[in-house]
Parts: sequence; C-alpha cells; structure tokens
Amino acid sequence: MIENNWHPCSHSENDCSRLCCTKIENFNVTFGNTQIFHDVNLHIHCGELTALIGPNGAGKSTLLKAILGEVKHTGVLKYFDAKGVHSGHPLIGYVPQYLNFDLSTPTSVLDLFTAYLTNIPCWLTSSKRIRDRVSQILVKVKAEHLIDRRLGALSGGELQRILLALSLEPIPDLLLLDEPVSGIDQNGLELFYDIVSDLRANHDLSIILISHDLNLVAKHADRVVLLNGTVICNGTPEEVFNDARTRNVFGMLVQHNAQAKVQPDKEGSSC
Amino acid sequence: MLDLWYELTTILLPFQWLDHNFMKNALLAVLLVTPLFGLLGTMVVSNRMVFFSDSLGHGAFTGIAIGVLIGGIKPLTALVLFSLFFSIVITVIKNKSSVSTDTIIGVFSSTAIALGLMIMSHGGSFAKFSSYLIGDLLSITPVEIGMLFGVFIGIVLLWLVIFNKILVISINPSLAASRGINTLLIEILFSSALAIVVAISIQWVGLLIINSMLVLPAAAARNVTSNVRQYHLVSVLFAIFAGVAGLILSYYWNTATGATIILVAAMLFFTTFLLRNRFIE
Repeated sequence: MIENNWHPCSHSENDCSRLCCTKIENFNVTFGNTQIFHDVNLHIHCGELTALIGPNGAGKSTLLKAILGEVKHTGVLKYFDAKGVHSGHPLIGYVPQYLNFDLSTPTSVLDLFTAYLTNIPCWLTSSKRIRDRVSQILVKVKAEHLIDRRLGALSGGELQRILLALSLEPIPDLLLLDEPVSGIDQNGLELFYDIVSDLRANHDLSIILISHDLNLVAKHADRVVLLNGTVICNGTPEEVFNDARTRNVFGMLVQHNAQAKVQPDKEGSSC
Repeated sequence: MLDLWYELTTILLPFQWLDHNFMKNALLAVLLVTPLFGLLGTMVVSNRMVFFSDSLGHGAFTGIAIGVLIGGIKPLTALVLFSLFFSIVITVIKNKSSVSTDTIIGVFSSTAIALGLMIMSHGGSFAKFSSYLIGDLLSITPVEIGMLFGVFIGIVLLWLVIFNKILVISINPSLAASRGINTLLIEILFSSALAIVVAISIQWVGLLIINSMLVLPAAAARNVTSNVRQYHLVSVLFAIFAGVAGLILSYYWNTATGATIILVAAMLFFTTFLLRNRFIE
C-alpha cells in the first residue's frame, strides 16, 4: 500500500512541514439547545483518505457542513500548503449526501455543469466549447455517456459520480464526500471508491469521506475517525475497528471487517 | 412609439378583434408580460415556490390597501414597495429559521390578506377594490405599457445574470455555497423579481388567478422538455400562446381576459400531461 508511505508526519503541532494539510481545531456546533458535537480536532493530510464513521445522528454531515462554513460553528479551519506556510482557507469541494431537487425537473447533466462552471446563461445558449469541456470532465468519472441525461433519470450511483466530477472543478485542496445512506448499488459504490482512490493517488488533495460501508472503509481509507458527539477514536482502520469503543457503537460487525485490512499502519493513533 | 404599433397591427393583423386601440394595447401588454411569467415560472415550479408566489399576490393585495390608506403616493408605488418588502421578509426569515417554509409563507400570507381586507372593508368601501380580484387587462394605459417595457428589459437582464446561480441553488444549496454563491442574495433577487412582476400585473390579471400565470406555462413545459433551454423556450412560448389566444377568445366570448388566458394555459397543461410519455424517456 503506497498510500501508507504518504503521511510521514507525526501528530505534533508543527506536523505540516512536508505535505499540505488541513487542521480542524476545536469545532463545536450547537443547534438551539442541542449540542451536535464538541471539541472536534482533526488533522487531515494531503493524499490521505479520512473516513468519518459513526452512528446516525453522530454529527457527521453537520461536521462537513461546518467545515464548508454553511453551519455556524466555533473553532477554526486552517489550511497549510506544502511549505507549511499558512495559506488561509482551503479550496473545498463538496459532494452532498442527496439532492433535494424535484425529480421531474427538466435539467440535464450538461445544464448543471454549465450553470456550475460558467456565467453563460444556460437557458439561452449552449456552445460546443462548453460541451467538449464537460465531456472531458465526465470522462474522469466514467460518465461521459450521461451528458444529455435529465438529472431525475440518473441512478443513485450515476448521480454521485456526476456530483463528484462537479466537486473536482477546479481540483480542491480538501474534498468532502457525504455518502448517501442508501440508493446506490454495490457496483456503483465500488466504482465510486475506485475513482476516489485514483484521485487521491494522482492529486495533492485530502479527502474526508462519510461512509456507511465499513468494508469499503477498511479497504480504501488511510485513517478512520469515529465520531459520536465528539471524536471517539481516530487512527488507522485496523486500530479503530479493533477498538472496544468502536465495537461498542457498531456491534461485532466491525471486527470482521477489520480483519480484511491486513496491512498495519505505521502511524500512531489516539485510540 | 405606440402609434407605430397601432399602424403595424392595422396592416399586419387586420382582424376585427384588433379594431380598437384598447385591444391593441392589451395585445402589446400580453406580449410583454406573458414571456416574463413563462421565464420566471420555470424556477418557481422547479424550486417548489408555487405557494410562495401565491402569497405574493396576497402581499400585493395588502399593498394596494395600504397605498390607498396612506394616500399621496400612487397606488402602484405602494403596491410594488409593499410586495418587495413582503417577499424579502419571507425569504430572509425562511433562510434564517428552521420553521418549515410553507408554515412561514402561510403565516405571512394570511396576515397580509387579513390586514388588506380590514383596511379595504373599513367604512364599507370594499366594492371599489373588487376589480383587483379579477383584474382588467383591457384597461391598460400607454404609460403603463411603457413601464411594462422597462420591467421586461430589467427582468430579462436579471435572468441572464442570475439564472445559473438560481439553478445551482435549486439543485443543492450547500453545493452552491461551496462554490462561493451568496445564496441568500440570489434568492432575494429572484423573489424580488417575482414580487415586482406580480405586483404590476395584478391590476390586469387579478389576485385570484395571478399565480396560475406563473405556474401553468412552466408546469406544462416540464411535461415535454428535458433540458433547461427547451424548458425556457417552451414555457415562454406556451405563456405567449395562452396570453394571445386568451385575449382573442375573451373578446369574442365577452369574458374576463385574465381568466380566459388561464383556461387556455390549463388546457395546455392537461394536453402536455397526457402526451408527456412521448417526449420524456
């Protein structure tokens, strides 16, 4: 596993000396009187896929939205480039968990990309140039045949790949993936994970992925963060899945999964 | 300017229903205002804002009442200002609160209509407002047509600038925010555009049916289109067709123009609804 050599940094405060990284420091989110999560501290290194797991209502999606800046929160998000110079706010790509749009909406994949990437009013014109550009983008997620498809006619997996392609324009520093709980078949999921793995290998970006499929997490993630009100456990998939607290949250299911990941990781964990 | 229009229609459209200048005015007004309904209606329907646009009519109704109560300013000015205020307040509260949108709209809508009815019924003078319920397209004046032309240009320009952003927001607000789009600002601009179009047309179309003008052409277009360009084109064409056909029919049938237009638009909807499987895979 080449990826395991990608994060030689320790967990100290000045650990961003060699690769870019994103630090989430002291994130707290409270809605009214309900505390969603508190004291979340995470260091995400570029080239790493960090999987965020936890039970329903653990605050996973809210954490992503807090990182996006969409949900009011305390704490700071810091981004450091490869030289360790503070470079402000990272460019964030986001793949939402679901789309709340009307399935019968007459909007094609091409429309979505045109609206998202350009200021050319897509209700009035379309150009060969944009079409070619969108085609090229879609090739990256193996979806070039879907360019004229209505959004409502896409399968869950296809929609997820389209949204992934959208979040990669331009290539972000930090990619947030909120995986749907259901509606995606197994083939679709594996294709998605393959594409994400390719991305991580070929681009200097860090990925935070909310996942519900612990098998795929064990197979693809470099780090796993168990969130349940706060960070319960943070380490390699093996460490997190073998931890008593994880088993407490997920039951015995994860022990089986952890064995799938044979390769131990060098990095220390907080478990 | 209008003389040119009168001459043009006399030469090109020598029909009996266009003999009178008030019909020529009404035709021009229909040609200016229906494309706006078709255009804005696309996103009203796609964004599930049908209830919101309905409440704008109620807000406008109150605006008329307040305008008359204050006096001194033109009723139309009060109407547009109050409608703008009404739509912006709803949009901001909707964004800042976790209460469900239709509840908020329902609360504001009923408050507005109650206030409007109270003011209008004061002293038993309600009857003189009843024309606003039904509207009278044939009463449109040349000055109002000039104003309509200005609004037409303004809305089309606005649509050129903000449509892409509205579309992204309608697909997913978080996605739009991650793209640096100021979602609240765009929503306010959109709802303001809606408020202005509803406010100025309410005296011609009438409170009771104004929302149908926004909803029906777009809803019919959705049945037979599969991308944004087709959607807009068909929605605008349907709106214009319903407008012109409704105007002509109302002339011969001696019925309220607004209502006749809506009925034509409704026929378009039912027809396309039955045919939709032939157009959309």
